[in-house]
Amino acid sequence: MQVTSPAFKQNARGALADVQLQKALGNVRAGFIDKRRKAMDALPEFDRLRDEAKAIKDHALASLDLYLEAYETKVKASGGHVHWAATAEDARGIILDICRAVGARTVTKGKSMITEEIELNDFLEGNGIRPVETDLGEYIIQLRGEHPSHIIAPAVHLNKEQVEEDFRRVHDHLPVARDLSEPESLLAEARRVLRAQYFEADVGITGANFLVAETGTSMIVTNEGNGDLTQVLPRVHVVVASIEKIVPTLNDAAQILRVLARSATGQDMSVYTTLSTGPRQEGDPDGPEEYHVVLLDNGRSSMLGTEFQDMLRCIRCGACMNHCPVYHTVGGHAYGWVYPGPMGAVLTPSLIGVDKSGHLPNASTFCGRCEAVCPMRIPLPRMMRHWREREFERGLNPATQRWGLGFWAFFARRPSLYRLGASIGIPLLSLFGRRKGSFGTLPLAGGWTKHRDLPSPQGRTFLQQWRDRDTLRQEART
Amino acid sequence: MNATEETRKPRVGLFVTCLVDLFRPVVGFSAVKLIEAAGCEVDVPMTQTCCGQPAYNSGDRADTRAIAENTIRAFEGYDYVVAPSGSCAGMLKKHYPGLFRGDPTWEKRTEAFAAKVHELVSFLADEMKVTSVAARHDGSVTYHDSCSGLRELGISAQPRALLASVEGLTMREMRDPDVCCGFGGTFCVKYPDISNAIVEKKTETIREAGAETLLAGDLGCLMNMAGKLSRQGSGVEARHVAEVLAGMTDEPPIGKGGR
Repeated sequence: MQVTSPAFKQNARGALADVQLQKALGNVRAGFIDKRRKAMDALPEFDRLRDEAKAIKDHALASLDLYLEAYETKVKASGGHVHWAATAEDARGIILDICRAVGARTVTKGKSMITEEIELNDFLEGNGIRPVETDLGEYIIQLRGEHPSHIIAPAVHLNKEQVEEDFRRVHDHLPVARDLSEPESLLAEARRVLRAQYFEADVGITGANFLVAETGTSMIVTNEGNGDLTQVLPRVHVVVASIEKIVPTLNDAAQILRVLARSATGQDMSVYTTLSTGPRQEGDPDGPEEYHVVLLDNGRSSMLGTEFQDMLRCIRCGACMNHCPVYHTVGGHAYGWVYPGPMGAVLTPSLIGVDKSGHLPNASTFCGRCEAVCPMRIPLPRMMRHWREREFERGLNPATQRWGLGFWAFFARRPSLYRLGASIGIPLLSLFGRRKGSFGTLPLAGGWTKHRDLPSPQGRTFLQQWRDRDTLRQEART
Repeated sequence: MNATEETRKPRVGLFVTCLVDLFRPVVGFSAVKLIEAAGCEVDVPMTQTCCGQPAYNSGDRADTRAIAENTIRAFEGYDYVVAPSGSCAGMLKKHYPGLFRGDPTWEKRTEAFAAKVHELVSFLADEMKVTSVAARHDGSVTYHDSCSGLRELGISAQPRALLASVEGLTMREMRDPDVCCGFGGTFCVKYPDISNAIVEKKTETIREAGAETLLAGDLGCLMNMAGKLSRQGSGVEARHVAEVLAGMTDEPPIGKGGR
């Protein structure tokens, strides 16, 4: 996937002018925010559960190596294979080898952001293997040749009319009279097409919401049941997961589940919570013959012990982007890489470098709503600010910004010069703006006045007036 | 026994904030009136400038620290430090300590300073236990919760409670008063198009509320919303909540002329 994060501003402008996108983004409030609110209100202990969930992940991260090794041992004991992938390239190579070993031609996929991160689909296609996305949203964007614009609702940027058009274009057997105007009829059509694919696939690839060290189990949560069919029907099941998905015990996973779906969709639980432990065992009615886990690092271990470690608690619920005023106006694609919204603004610089993604941590009003709703209490604004500090240290911000800031800071650090400058400049500005009360344009304030008027200063500064008042008082006393 | 010592009024250092100092001094005078009415003595150190957020949020720690040291020196002698802004008070109270963590000379000093810092309205309601104000405002108002005040300092009920005591005032809540107005300090000039899209949604909810006056506790947000309302030709007036609570609404509203 081409990184377009450096062009964030242009991407955002395009997004703001995109009528379809703006219409689709208008659904976020009713679709996510209101539902989450209701789920919170119904569970008075929610905040306590958040603290517990956070503590579980903090503990797991503090001993990540131990838990990963324990997990590996358990997976092997249940007959599965564990592959360690330091980079995206390593992970792709491992997955390709697994597919080739069984002569795979078709691969079904459950929804997985990690496979987006390692750009697996393009890679498999380039090697003659056909990946089929089975999550409805993922299926739709695969038809369109797009990438997810949201980590749990990949097609949230689309309206149902656009999806109908895509289905009619690609499912060319469809009679014209077939009704595809409602989400239900679209779902039925996708399901009909996908059913056949599950049986054709040689390998099923899923991500994981949790890896359980105690049992060597991987867990996914879905609402469509596609994940189950993806991992149970083909001969081989490959789990691709990043290392921070580890939790010590099944109980821990169950605890975090209590905050996951509520934060994501407002559900108490997702419709399906699926646990996989190794390949089909003696006496199992179904299941894959081979079970592989690819553990991806891809930069995460270098976040440990830094001010960005807290980001590794993220459980990918999407609440931060659902509540982000910036995401609401530009959507997910504008962010220019795999992970959008506030979590992406912190994670992306860690994974691809702040030199390529500097806009992301800057394009935030720091309103703090993301942190307020994060079930894992990740201090997202604070970490965005840390990225701004790294940028500033390396001189990556635009020169005009640095000069402007330097000029302002020169005065802000020198109170008497500051007062002198203000006592001359402000009354002058007020003189020009007082009659109308505001400026429509003003030199050097184009960023402000492009879209709004600049209120004029009232007159002399407060500090000037206060000093005069003090002087008068003292004179009155003497 | 020293009688004056017994009845000494709490001494409040007013951190007026740079925007109020430069653009809207009446907010500062409203704050002084309210704090004095709550039984305190107000002083305004002349060496104050800005809280440092523009540098802090641009990643410039060195300038931020220098500005913070200046603020702490100017204010640490008072019983309380009060600012008519949730954003600046949040900076002083919640973010200054982090700047000096691990610094042997400044860490404790900053924490002691931060403990005294309050945003104006929450200072009146929570610290001084003010439950009503002696003010009259004939008209309807709507109140925007500025983000930092709301989420860093928990300011939401206090301004509404005090506004309810203003005679003649009708509150008309807007939809989603807790959603950001798109100001975000330097954000609004770094990403003007996105900021504009956000404030357009905000002014829509303001107009829908049908109130004559928009109130908030932060001048940055107010200048953003008032500037947009003005550009849209809206008749909704914008004022800092302190002006209404102090009954000092003789000055034209934010961004309006007429003097």
